[in-house]
Amino acid sequence: MSVVGPDPGKLYHRKMPATWWLTNPSYFLFMLRELSSVFIALFLVVYLCQIYQLSQGPDAYTAFTQKLSSPGWILFHFVALLFALYHSITWFQSSAVVLPLRIGERAVSRSIVLALHVAAWLIVSVIVLVLFLALKS
Amino acid sequence: MATEKTMEPLWWGLFSAGGVVAAFLVPIHIILVGFAVPLGWTSDTGALYHIWWVRLYLFVLIVLPLYHWAHRFYFTLNDMGLKAISKLLAVLCYGGAIVGTLVTAWILLKI
Repeated sequence: MSVVGPDPGKLYHRKMPATWWLTNPSYFLFMLRELSSVFIALFLVVYLCQIYQLSQGPDAYTAFTQKLSSPGWILFHFVALLFALYHSITWFQSSAVVLPLRIGERAVSRSIVLALHVAAWLIVSVIVLVLFLALKS
Repeated sequence: MATEKTMEPLWWGLFSAGGVVAAFLVPIHIILVGFAVPLGWTSDTGALYHIWWVRLYLFVLIVLPLYHWAHRFYFTLNDMGLKAISKLLAVLCYGGAIVGTLVTAWILLKI
C-alpha cells in the first residue's frame, strides 16, 4: 500500500500552550460546550447508579433518592443542568446551520429553524414529564 | 490506519445521535431525577423501570450520550496538548463508552 500525504514526522506543528482556550472569550465558550458532554455523562452515570439500586430492593432505591436531596448533590445537578441547557441551545444553533431548512425555493432563516428546535424540545420535555407522572406509581 | 479511517463515520454517527438525545432529553431528566424527586415535588418508587419499553428508552438515553462524550472529550484532550498520547486517549474514551454500554445493558436486564 502506498503512503498518501506527507510524512507526519516532517510536518511543522506550531506549539500551542495548554491554556490557549483562556485567551479569548469565544474559545472559552467553545471549551464550556465541549465540557458539557462531561457533565451530561456524569449525570447519566449517577442516574444509572440510582436505577441499579432497584436490584438491591425498593428500600435501597428510596434511600438513594433521599441521598440526592443533600446540598452537594443538588449543587451537582444544578451545574449539570446548566451545562445540559448550554449543550441543548448550542446543539440546536449548530443544527440550524448544518441542516438548513428550505420551503420551495426559499431558505428558512436560522432563527426560525432554531425556534422550531426549541419548540420541539419543549414538547418532548412535556411528553417525558407526563409519561413519568403517569407511570411512576 | 485503514481501520481508523473506516471507523470514523461510525464514531461520528454515534456522536451525532448522542448529541441529539442529550439536547432533547437530558435536561428534563436532570430536573426529574436531580430536583423533582429528591426535593419531594413528586414521588418515585422506581416502578416505571420495570416496564420493558421504559428500559429500552433508558438504554438509548444513557448509552448514546456516552459516545457523544467519548468523541468530544477525545478531541478536547487532543486540543489541550495531549496529542502525544492520542492513541491511549482513544482507547480510554471510546473504550469507556463501550464499557458503559455493556454495564448499562447489564443493569437494565438485571433490575
